[in-house]
Amino acid sequence: MSEIAPKELRIVGFLCNWCSYGGADTAGVSRFRQPTDLRVIRVPCSGRVDPLFIVKSLLNGADGVLVSGCHPRDCHYTDGNFYARRRLEMLKRLLPFLGIDEKRFHYTWISASEGARWQKTVTDFTTQVHKLGPLHSTTEAQIGS
Amino acid sequence: MRVGVFICHCGSNIAGTIDVARVAAEMRKVPGVAFATNYMYTCSEPGQEEIKQAIKREGLNRIVVAACSPRMHELTFRRTIEKAGLNRYFLEMANIREHISWVGLDKEANTNKAIDVVKMAAAKVMQDKPLFSQSFKVNKRVLVIGGGVAGMQSALDCADGGLDVLLVEKSPSVGGMMSRLDKTFPTIDCSICILGPKMVDVAQHDKITLHAYSEIDDIKGYVGNYQIKIRKKATYVDWTKCTGCGLCMEKCPSKNSYDHFNFGVAPTRAINIPFPQAIPKKAKIDPEYCRQFVKGKCGVCAKVCPTGAINYEMQDEIITEDVGAIVVASGYGLMDVAKLPEYGGGRYPDVITGIQYERLLNASGPTEGHILRPSDKTEPKTIVFVSCAGSRDKSCGVPYCSNFCCMYIAKQAILTKDHIPDSQSFVFYMDIRSPGKGYDEFTRRAQEDYGAKYVRGRVSRIYPKGKKMVVMGADTLLGTKVEVEADLVVLANAVTAAPGAAQLAEKLHISYDTFGFYVESHPKLRPVETNTAGVYLAGAAQGPKDIPASVGQGSAAAAKVLALFSKDMLESDPAVAKVNENTCVGCLKCKMTCPFGAVKEKELRGGKIVANVIETVCAGCGVCTSTCPCGAIQLSHFTDNQLLAEVNTLCQK
Ligand SMILES: Cc1cc2nc3c(=O)[nH]c(=O)nc-3n(C[C@H](O)[C@H](O)[C@H](O)COP(=O)(O)OP(=O)(O)OC[C@H]3O[C@@H](n4cnc5c(N)ncnc54)[C@H](O)[C@@H]3O)c2cc1C
Ligand code: SF4
Ligand code: SF4
Repeated sequence: MSEIAPKELRIVGFLCNWCSYGGADTAGVSRFRQPTDLRVIRVPCSGRVDPLFIVKSLLNGADGVLVSGCHPRDCHYTDGNFYARRRLEMLKRLLPFLGIDEKRFHYTWISASEGARWQKTVTDFTTQVHKLGPLHSTTEAQIGS
Repeated sequence: MRVGVFICHCGSNIAGTIDVARVAAEMRKVPGVAFATNYMYTCSEPGQEEIKQAIKREGLNRIVVAACSPRMHELTFRRTIEKAGLNRYFLEMANIREHISWVGLDKEANTNKAIDVVKMAAAKVMQDKPLFSQSFKVNKRVLVIGGGVAGMQSALDCADGGLDVLLVEKSPSVGGMMSRLDKTFPTIDCSICILGPKMVDVAQHDKITLHAYSEIDDIKGYVGNYQIKIRKKATYVDWTKCTGCGLCMEKCPSKNSYDHFNFGVAPTRAINIPFPQAIPKKAKIDPEYCRQFVKGKCGVCAKVCPTGAINYEMQDEIITEDVGAIVVASGYGLMDVAKLPEYGGGRYPDVITGIQYERLLNASGPTEGHILRPSDKTEPKTIVFVSCAGSRDKSCGVPYCSNFCCMYIAKQAILTKDHIPDSQSFVFYMDIRSPGKGYDEFTRRAQEDYGAKYVRGRVSRIYPKGKKMVVMGADTLLGTKVEVEADLVVLANAVTAAPGAAQLAEKLHISYDTFGFYVESHPKLRPVETNTAGVYLAGAAQGPKDIPASVGQGSAAAAKVLALFSKDMLESDPAVAKVNENTCVGCLKCKMTCPFGAVKEKELRGGKIVANVIETVCAGCGVCTSTCPCGAIQLSHFTDNQLLAEVNTLCQK
């Protein structure tokens, strides 16, 4: 954990049950060391991730959000991850309008066998969010008013 | 709301790097949590008993188990709480082992993280609603994909168990790679002699329908109710008329067709029966080489066929079938030796692959069992075997061991000595891997009784010199350079995924690894199951495997299918989407996005159109839920409120 600043930031990870959650499990079974900032929320499919969840997370106190699903064409639900890609691409372009650096959000594909890839993804993304520092932004309530 | 929280030590797996007592103490402070404790092994019988007791004693109505991955034990604990009278969906697991204790060593940071994720699970469990399964009928027919030894074993075991079996094989005959082998290790019994009877059984079993030269076009549905489209590829020969007499093959003037069965060791005819024991024993035309197709005129086979079976106009035929379970046994492929230029793979005729050598050894092969070098058809006296040709070599993209090459090289060295007593075999190897029953003894016999010279070290280069092939390598045990002038070189080329394995996986919605091999549910405890209910794996499709392992798995997969079909009705997973008819505006965006066609229109009494989910068809992905503009269609157990409860717990701390 040397390269990551000692103070933890708040990173939310939405992982699909079949591929990326499995990949994170594989990383665990293989004892691949990772920074601890990210906390996982399990969803059935990356297509279940409503872009609103990400906006809500970032407005309410998260410093970064990672979404990870199955590789294109390898989705347990045929093409849920394609819906995810379309929505999340849109969201990426929208974030700057909310005053949020789009580098705080990342989406990726990791299969259940790719433990090493999960380790690298978490480490890289955590480092990236640490470079940006904590997100002291407007709260949802302020935006609403 | 009375939430009970159980934090598992998992021996030292969790407790070693997480302060479990502190997590429990923190959880006691959470509003709604009535009870929190830590326990040595929560999944053990006394551990589960502890949960049941606590539910009764403390009047708990929601349970959080903080332990390993829910992919491991969610079902275990669902059953536990159900036994104590709770709805099984009143359970959430927090994964503090795979995602925390095993990936970080900092106890303080781990403990903080664990507290967060257990709180998130508690927030979610408080939003859980009771859910109830529906039961639906099972179609007790099984589809087996791939007619190698693993697939045939599976098909026979299922059929003997009374099930109707559809066996779909891509190539013109069943048998797979084993039908090409000469003898098999470690017993050196004739391969086709033990496989042939199985092939005949498959063809004659009244419960098995064989579709050879066919492929899966499309798969829809779910466990118990799959709809399959099978493409019967055009053979240009009417198999109902073909008697397998072979006259067409004899007379076909196109003599230089690539022989897929013999891996191109010798050419074949454009119309051919792949091998004498083929099942079904029927001819097919290879249009790539057939003069009628290439030049537009010939027609010899049509003229000679005594039954008039030839039909140049034949088209692929699509048939649809319904099955309840699927066994995937599509086997493996072999690395193209052109990827090994330093070994002269594909360039020099006297550098061949293990499977080609197997064909040279075989009495029904192109040389009738005489070992003859491809270049000048003379008998080789010095033969070099190169193990790990591409395997265990990251630069070739194959970091893994191909599993059976060490053994088949030993076998081939033994057989070589039997065929040519004055020959000398050399084996270049990295390690000898022979852990199976009787295997080590076998590789020793090759050396001690058959005089094969084993040289430990990789071969660096193979090049021609006159009529010989020079093999340059090192003996890493002696620390010297080794050069052998060989008459024939046999490369044990790496085992790869079967061609088209990834595309098949995508149709089946099962996962495959970076190399294209299929991924099992659990590498140790669920080795023949996939993460898609009703789809099982057998044989080398999952990774390189020898015959005993492939056959064992074929039977294991069949046993799983028989167990699945022992019930007439299956329970559906109730974690599916539900429409709130009051808030649905009938835009049917959900219907358009649902990958499974699970959403249908429904007209309410007043004429209002709303969406309606067919529960048994819905796979529970939730794509609809994030599509609906009014939040009217919600995926049960993963509703917006539940996921936001987790988000809020984490963010607003
Ligand atoms: C040179 C050599 C020597 C060997 N010697 C031995 C030995 O002595 N002893 C031993 O135990 N093992 C030996 N093996 C290993 C042995 O070949 C395998 O263990 C065995 O063939 C695995 O059987 P399988 O059914 O899983 O796969 P396969 O034999 O590969 O069969 C798979 C079948 O599925 C079909 N198929 C593929 N894709 C599809 C699809 N999409 N749709 C429909 N059908 C499809 C294929 O056409 C094939 O018929 C040897 C291997 C080699 C290369
Ligand atoms: S998307 Fe929502 S509102 Fe539109 S039909 Fe489906 S459930 Fe109804
Ligand atoms: S959750 Fe929705 S999109 Fe997914 S299968 Fe069910 S109805 Fe279709």
